[in-house]
Amino acid sequence: MKTGIIIFPGSNCDNEMERFLYKFSGVKPILVWHKETNVPDVDLYVIPGGFSYGDYLRVGALAKLSPIMKEIKRVAKEGRKVLGVCNGFQVLCEAGMLPGTLRINRTQEFICKPVSIQHAGSTFLIPIAHSEGNYYHPNPKEVKVAYTYTEDINGSINNIAGVYKDNVLGMMPHPERAFESYHCSQDGFEVLENFYGKRSEIN
Amino acid sequence: MLTNEETKIIEDSLGRVPNPTETHVFDAMWSEHCSYKSSKYWLKKLYTEGKHVISGPGENAGVVDIGDGDKIVFKMESHNHPSFIEPYQGAATGVGGIMRDIFTMGARPIANLNSLHFGSTNDRRVIDGVVKGISDYGNCVGIPTVSSKCYFSDCYTQNPLVNAMSVGYTNKEIFTSVPSKKGVVVYVGAKTGRDGIGGAIMASEEFEEGEDKLPTVQVGDPFYEKLLLEASLELFETGAVIAAQDMGAAGLTSSTTEIAIKGNYGIEIDLSGVPLREEGMEPWEILLSESQERMLFVLDPDIYSTILRREIFDKWDLESYMLGSLTDTNNFVVKVKEEVVCDIPLKTLEAPELTRPHTINPVEELLFSPTTNDFDKNWVWEQYDSQVMGNTIHGPQDDPAIVRIPNSKKAIAMTTYSNVQLCNYYPKKGIELIINLCHGALERVGAKPLGITNCLNFGNPENEYVMHEFVETIIGMSETCWKLKFPVVSGNVSFYNETSGKGIMPTPVIGAVGLIEDYENGHYNFSRQ
Repeated sequence: MKTGIIIFPGSNCDNEMERFLYKFSGVKPILVWHKETNVPDVDLYVIPGGFSYGDYLRVGALAKLSPIMKEIKRVAKEGRKVLGVCNGFQVLCEAGMLPGTLRINRTQEFICKPVSIQHAGSTFLIPIAHSEGNYYHPNPKEVKVAYTYTEDINGSINNIAGVYKDNVLGMMPHPERAFESYHCSQDGFEVLENFYGKRSEIN
Repeated sequence: MLTNEETKIIEDSLGRVPNPTETHVFDAMWSEHCSYKSSKYWLKKLYTEGKHVISGPGENAGVVDIGDGDKIVFKMESHNHPSFIEPYQGAATGVGGIMRDIFTMGARPIANLNSLHFGSTNDRRVIDGVVKGISDYGNCVGIPTVSSKCYFSDCYTQNPLVNAMSVGYTNKEIFTSVPSKKGVVVYVGAKTGRDGIGGAIMASEEFEEGEDKLPTVQVGDPFYEKLLLEASLELFETGAVIAAQDMGAAGLTSSTTEIAIKGNYGIEIDLSGVPLREEGMEPWEILLSESQERMLFVLDPDIYSTILRREIFDKWDLESYMLGSLTDTNNFVVKVKEEVVCDIPLKTLEAPELTRPHTINPVEELLFSPTTNDFDKNWVWEQYDSQVMGNTIHGPQDDPAIVRIPNSKKAIAMTTYSNVQLCNYYPKKGIELIINLCHGALERVGAKPLGITNCLNFGNPENEYVMHEFVETIIGMSETCWKLKFPVVSGNVSFYNETSGKGIMPTPVIGAVGLIEDYENGHYNFSRQ
């Protein structure tokens, strides 16, 4: 399994994502700078968390204009998997690759803590760290929900924590902060398996 | 402002009356904030040794060796005055400034800590602003804030204390502000505006109620800081860097002159090369602006012009500007194109050391500390991204904080302590207790104590009682550190924490750092969250 991490100016969760994907797949991820106009040939493209372009104007609004995003849209259409975490999720929504939008948290404040999220009857403990994670869609029934918070965390409609469309997944919680022995849990790998397939079968 | 006495000394050493630009330069460089004139005699008494100490006080930050070529770089600094005037920007730029001190030395910040002192829990303007300022800045740059201590006492109502600490790591070469050879002086980063002009002077004076000090506060841009951090670390790897200095207090003036003085060179710069944010800025305004996110490098001229501009600065969308070069004259020469606006021997910029009178206060001043049951520390801690970088073993909910060294078995334990009640009653015992608590906290989790940094927050040093508290604190710190073999490797003195004649009680804050050889075998449980 080959992976690539897209790095924007202001991305800041790329290092831990690199370690996470390396430990998951056994293959060093390829780091891709946002000014590139070609993406490497990999099985999973990840847009990590951070503050691309300082979140100026609006979260993700400037990153979606980077040269690399054209390529990400192309590979997504071809059926490659694309994962956006936190700011990456915000970028995917802004770029129109996922439905809905992420508004400022109901508390108006940044929230950093581990939260419980659910997928297909299973619960995972994964940290969140965001100011703009309040998911909104005018017609949530149209949205394919990947993860929900087990309680209201930030005001998200239907407690939505992550959504998908075909082979593209976006989520606010950080699976790459839940895999080391000292992290709040080691549920991060299972979260990635839910999207990509069993770790034991991928290589 | 310069006193009449100081003006006389300056005129005598120059042999003439300084021109207006030069007067502004002296005013800033001789301020307490830049010159440490009241404290430097005493600071020499501190214990700063240890075979693992690579760089002690006097540099941008202290450096300790943790084996295998790994180094830890750390320092704490106050941003008290700006945080009272404009809490959000004051605190944010405090965090920005301390992180620049770390990466200026070639290390990547891996953890931020802070120690906050407020008047009461009702003081929402200051508390909300400070916490949000720290949160927005640190979170955006992507450095985890792993420890935050909040204290309340009425002496801080108009003099809140915002002390920010940053800890960095590198296994590469350490860079300093001491140039070993001549090179070109290059400015990298944000444009220069009128923000923060006179900040150093402002921090060296008391406040009067109703005074408008807003223009002296800097404005921060964490996104720009992130670009500057990454570009600087890439720049250090090229081998082109001869010396580096961030532009902090007294901006361009202190950064350029400090490099020249330390290298025993002269320096000549042309202000027409400085990128400006505003029109019509006077030379002295450009020289003293404290606009944030600016760095000064002395670089190898050939590598700069052929490679660096294209490969590093363009990549990070940063502008770089060549301002001048180091010279052999030992003078600080500032030009605007052909016109010389400042030409002074560098040695005259060093303010004379003062030995201010000090006596014990016969009256015991009482301190009122309000109840804080209504204050939810989790509200503070959850606003900080304590987990970014993925190395946090203990965040702010646990003390000491513990952060793993990336891709290593090692981890760093760190904490801050203060105790104004005891320091007010008995400054020497107070600091002794604080340092012992730090030492004990590190040992409790199985960490080997490496060293401390400090922020010495006091009132007006011209007051003999205040000066006495300061002297007692230094003596106590020196004795305790000797006893424990626990060196001071960096620090900061913040005097003049007074508004309308009412000052703070002595509030030394200690930040301590220790090494855990194997994070899986420390004396602690992994994060309880």
